[in-house]
Amino acid sequence: MKKRKIGGNNILLAITVALFAIMYAGGCIIYADKGFTHFQTFLNVLINNAGLIAVAAGMTCVMLTGGIDISVGSLIAMDCMLMAVGMETWGIKSPVLMTMVLVIGIVFGLVQGFCVAYLEIQPFIVTMAGMFFARGMTAVICKDQVSIVSDKIFTAISNAKILIPFGGYENKKGIYQVPFIRPTVIVVLLVVIIVFLMLKYTKFGRSIYAVGGNQVSATLMGLNVKKTKLLTYTLCSFLTSIGGICYCLNTMCGTTTQAAGLEMDAISSSVIGGTLLTGGVGNVFGSLVGVLINGTISTLVKTNGKLVSSWSNIITAILLCFFILLQAVFAKIKESKKV
Amino acid sequence: MEKIKKITKMKLFLPVFSMLLVMLINVVYDIAAGNAPLGFFAISINNGILYGRLIDVLNRGSEVAILAIGMTLVVSASAGTDISVGSVMSLSGGLCCMLLAGYGMTNVSEYNVPLWVGMLAGIAIACVCGLFNGFLVAYMNIQPMVATLILWSAGRAIGLLLCNSNIVYVRVPSFQFFGGYCGIIPTPIIIAALCVAIAGSVLRLTALGTYIQSVGINKRASRISGFNSAKIILLCYVICGLCAGIAGLVATCRIYSADTNNIGLNMELDAILAVALGGNSLGGGKFNLAGSVIGAYTIQAITTTLYALGVSSAQAPVFKAIVVILIVVIQSEPVRAYFKKMSAKKEAVKA
Repeated sequence: MKKRKIGGNNILLAITVALFAIMYAGGCIIYADKGFTHFQTFLNVLINNAGLIAVAAGMTCVMLTGGIDISVGSLIAMDCMLMAVGMETWGIKSPVLMTMVLVIGIVFGLVQGFCVAYLEIQPFIVTMAGMFFARGMTAVICKDQVSIVSDKIFTAISNAKILIPFGGYENKKGIYQVPFIRPTVIVVLLVVIIVFLMLKYTKFGRSIYAVGGNQVSATLMGLNVKKTKLLTYTLCSFLTSIGGICYCLNTMCGTTTQAAGLEMDAISSSVIGGTLLTGGVGNVFGSLVGVLINGTISTLVKTNGKLVSSWSNIITAILLCFFILLQAVFAKIKESKKV
Repeated sequence: MEKIKKITKMKLFLPVFSMLLVMLINVVYDIAAGNAPLGFFAISINNGILYGRLIDVLNRGSEVAILAIGMTLVVSASAGTDISVGSVMSLSGGLCCMLLAGYGMTNVSEYNVPLWVGMLAGIAIACVCGLFNGFLVAYMNIQPMVATLILWSAGRAIGLLLCNSNIVYVRVPSFQFFGGYCGIIPTPIIIAALCVAIAGSVLRLTALGTYIQSVGINKRASRISGFNSAKIILLCYVICGLCAGIAGLVATCRIYSADTNNIGLNMELDAILAVALGGNSLGGGKFNLAGSVIGAYTIQAITTTLYALGVSSAQAPVFKAIVVILIVVIQSEPVRAYFKKMSAKKEAVKA
C-alpha cells in the first residue's frame, strides 16, 4: 500500500470541505426554527445553483491551464435572452433553441480560445471583451424582460420534479412533504462527473494539467499547448451554455441584467475549491463544494431575512480574498522549501 | 510610402488617427441626416453656458480621462489592469453622499457634515481600495486582474450597503457645482484638465515616470538596479485608486446623487480601452499619458456618436468590445510577426 502524502493542495481542499460543514452546521443551529435543517433546504441549494455548477466545472478547466474566463455571466444572459425571445417572439421550438444555444457557446469559445491560444493575448482582456460583447448583444436581442410561458416542453422540464424516497418532513399543516430535485441537478451532476473523469483519464484532460503546470515543459514533452488551450476555452463556453439552459429553466425569463456577477461566483467557487490561480492544480469536486459554500452563504443571508442581498456579495469576496491569500502563502512556503 | 510609414510609426498616431476617424464619421452622418455638415464642431453660448457636441464630449469624457491616467500607470508598471475602478467610483460616491446626507437619509437639501469632509472621505476610501489592490499585487504576487476582481465585486456592494440600497440625493448648489458649470465652462472639464496637468508634470519633472517604466519593462532588473519595485507598483495602484475616487465624485456631483448601482458601470472597459487606444501596450513597459487622455476623449466621442446613431446605452458595449479586440489583435505578437513576414516577402519580390 502506498501512503498518500497530504500536500498543501489537499490541505486547501480539506479546509474548504471543513468550512462548508461548519457553515452548514452553524446554519442548522442558528436557523433551526426556520426550516434550515430540512433535507430539502440542501436540495434547494443544489437546484438554485445548478447553472453555476456547470459553469464552475468549465471555469475550473480554464483555470487549470492558468487562464481565466470572465465572459460566462454575460454569455448566460445572452443564452437566456435568446431562448426567451426565440420561444415567445419568434415561435421557435425549445429543442431547436437549446441546440442553437449550445452551438453558439461552442463558436463563442472557439473565438475566445483562438485569441488566447494562437494570438497570445491575455485571457483576461479577451474574455472581458467577450463579456461586454455578450452583455451588449443581450440588449441588442431585446431590451425588456421576457418571460417564458408559451413553450410546453420547456415549461414541463422546468416544472418536473424528481422525488427522493427519503428525508421528508411534515409541514405545519401535518402534510408529509417529499423532498425533490429538478432534472437540471441531474444534468449538472453528470457534467461534473464527466469532466472529472475526462480530467483524470483522457489525454486531453491530462494535457490540461500539464499546460497549467508548466507551459514550457509541456511544449518540450510534445504536447500541442495551443490546441489544448483552444479546446479548453471552447469546453468552458460549451459548459457555460449548458449552465445557461439550466439557469433559464430556473428563472424562466430573459433580462439584460441576468446573471450579473456570476463570473465572480464561478471564479470564487473554483478558487475556494482549491484550484490554483496559477494553474496546474485543482479538482472539479472541489469546485462543486465551492459552489455549495456560495449557495449556503446566500441561503443564510436570505434565511436571516433582515440582511440586504449585497451582503452575500461581500462575504463571497471576503472568502475569495482569504483563499487567494492562503494560496499565496502556500506558494511562498513551497518556494522557500525548494531553496 | 516612406512618408506614410514615418507617420504611422509616430507615438500619437493611433489615438489621433482614431479621433479623426470618429470626427469624420460624425461629419458623414450629419451630411446624410441633412444637418449642417460641421455640426459636430459648432460651439455656441446658450443661457450663459458653452453649448455644442464637442463640449459635450469633453464634459462627459472627464471621468474616463481621469481614470485613464491611473490606468495607464497601472498597466505600465504591472502589465495588468485594475478592473475595480468602476466599483471604486461607485463606492467613493456612495460614501461621500452618505456622509453629506447622514446615514439612512435619501433626500436632503442641507449638509450633515461640511462638504470637504465628505469629499475627502470619498477620495480617502478610494485610496484605501487602491492600497488594498496594490498590496495584493505587489507584495502577494497575485495576478492584477484577479486581485482587483475582489473589489470589482465587493466595492459596489459596500457602496450599496452604505447607502442603505437607496439612491441618496444631495440637493445643495455647492455640491452640484462640481458636476455643473464654473462660469461658462463645465466644471468636470476643468477638474480633468487639472488632474492631467498635475499627473503630467509630476511624471515629467520627477523621475517617477522613468521608475514606473523601468519596473514595467523588467521588474527583477529594476529591483537589482536598486529600485523598490514592489513599492513603485503599490504607488501606481494607489494613484489609480485616487483617480477612481476623483472620477467617482465627479460622476456623483453630476447627478447630485449616489446611484450606486449605475455610477461607473462598465467604466473599467472604457478606461482600459482608452489606454489601448492611446497606443500603450497592455503588456506593460513604456507608456504615453497624452495618448491615453486623447484615447479617453475618443472613447467618449465614439459613445456620443453611437447614441446619436440611435444605439442604446445597454447596446453600446458590443461596439466597444469589438474595438478593443481589434486593437489588441493588431498589437499581439503573432499578428505583428505575420505582417513583418508579409512586408519582407513583398520586398523580396521587388528585389
